[in-house]
Amino acid sequence: MSEVTLVVNGRKVSGAVEDRTLLVHFLRENLNLTGTHVGCDTSQCGACVVHVDGKAVKSCTMLAVQASGSTVTTIEGLANGADLHPVQAAFKENHGLQCGFCTPGMIMTATDMIRRHPDGLDEATVRAELEGNICRCTGYHNIVKAILAASKTMSKASKSKANKAA
Amino acid sequence: MYSVNYHRATSVADAVKKIKSGDAKFLAGGMTLIPAMKTRLAAPSDLVDLGHIAELKGIKVSGKTVTIGATTTHFDVANDEKLKKVCPALTHLASLIGDPAVRHRGTIGGSIANNDPAADYPSAMLALGATIVTNKRELAADKFFKGLFETALKDDEIVTAVTFTAPAKAGYAKFPNPASRYAMTGVFVTKGKDGVRAAVTGAGDDGVFRSKEIEAALTKKFEASALEGVSVPSKNLMGDIHASPEYRANLVVVMAKRAVAAANA
Ligand SMILES: Cc1cc2nc3c(=O)[nH]c(=O)nc-3n(C[C@H](O)[C@H](O)[C@H](O)COP(=O)(O)OP(=O)(O)OC[C@H]3O[C@@H](n4cnc5c(N)ncnc54)[C@H](O)[C@@H]3O)c2cc1C
Ligand code: FES
Ligand code: FES
Repeated sequence: MSEVTLVVNGRKVSGAVEDRTLLVHFLRENLNLTGTHVGCDTSQCGACVVHVDGKAVKSCTMLAVQASGSTVTTIEGLANGADLHPVQAAFKENHGLQCGFCTPGMIMTATDMIRRHPDGLDEATVRAELEGNICRCTGYHNIVKAILAASKTMSKASKSKANKAA
Repeated sequence: MYSVNYHRATSVADAVKKIKSGDAKFLAGGMTLIPAMKTRLAAPSDLVDLGHIAELKGIKVSGKTVTIGATTTHFDVANDEKLKKVCPALTHLASLIGDPAVRHRGTIGGSIANNDPAADYPSAMLALGATIVTNKRELAADKFFKGLFETALKDDEIVTAVTFTAPAKAGYAKFPNPASRYAMTGVFVTKGKDGVRAAVTGAGDDGVFRSKEIEAALTKKFEASALEGVSVPSKNLMGDIHASPEYRANLVVVMAKRAVAAANA
């Protein structure tokens, strides 16, 4: 057993867990943050993607003790109260989900992708960057559309902010 | 996953001390070891986490000499501007490994220590004539890779860095398995002051290897056209549900052509 301390969605949390506990199980079972999903046993589907210290990682392939001391953001940490995050809004607007199982991982991957491409994204890049996220419903088309739309709104928003600041 | 005891190492010396407990294994990015533990293909009693040892992380480029710390992630290799200038083939290779989340965690040291026959980095190490630096010694890549998932590493030996001189020309081309994205065949070619080297991953029955046929043809002329009509024997190549040895033998030549074209671009 080890004591794990994390900052999750801005809140400091801790708990004693078996060393073999995966981060995703700590989030779901100890913290009741069940938005992060488990879709495979082989680290391939991406349903479990969260941000650890600002980077997208597969929470099914990291031990909770390994993450101890880190800052974690899950799907529950994106919206600002009742206001959806621009990526969440874009998925809704563009019908980027059907059953919704892959969606939390898709959205966490998408926000990370947009952060790393502040000047915008093109379709080929979005499709290549979705390599590690599997969706069994949508055929990806509307997911790609949603990410492109969100990337546009977010780069506009940051440009107008920058203009105001200048 | 079976139960396991986790230890966080603070330095290389500390890791060497901690690895002595039970049937322990080093843990770097965990992108190979944790999936293997989840499916119970691996069941170490203890894990010694190398991820928080500052001295193992980072990339140094001075002139043509490149040194990459063992726990440097695939993401950091792919995006290092200085490295991109002296050896774009290697940053390109790193950008092709797995997916963004895997690249954020997986490390170069973990990849070469694991020596998966379909992993990308071993081909680069062999073709670049890299030196693998451990806490005990320095080993030429030619002496380091020993076969399927086998290396010259001892149980308590840690890869601390890899180092090489950037060659005048280098290129990598990979035919990814459509499902796993590991290399079904990948070829890394270099032309440096010691001549031409061509290393093949994903195809060899015994893991990564240098192709005599490709090297001989490219030594005459370092161009894709020099590989026209060259054939690589399918003996000792892997055959599985994805591709026969003959298919892979053909892929070696096709990937070598693409790698040379990339190196000359
Ligand atoms: C979905 C997915 C897709 C992938 N696709 C690819 C791909 O396309 N190409 C590719 O090459 N790889 C691929 N990988 C593997 C990935 O590159 C791994 O990161 C890498 O093989 C292992 O590195 P790691 O840091 O994660 O090591 P770990 O999993 O932590 O360790 C692997 C092994 O190496 C040992 N080890 C680790 N570091 C050291 C060290 N410094 N000294 C001594 N021993 C050490 C460990 O004890 C363990 O036995 C993929 C993985 C996943 C999950
Ligand atoms: S549950 Fe993590 S990749 Fe599938
Ligand atoms: S919406 Fe059902 S798996 Fe993607």
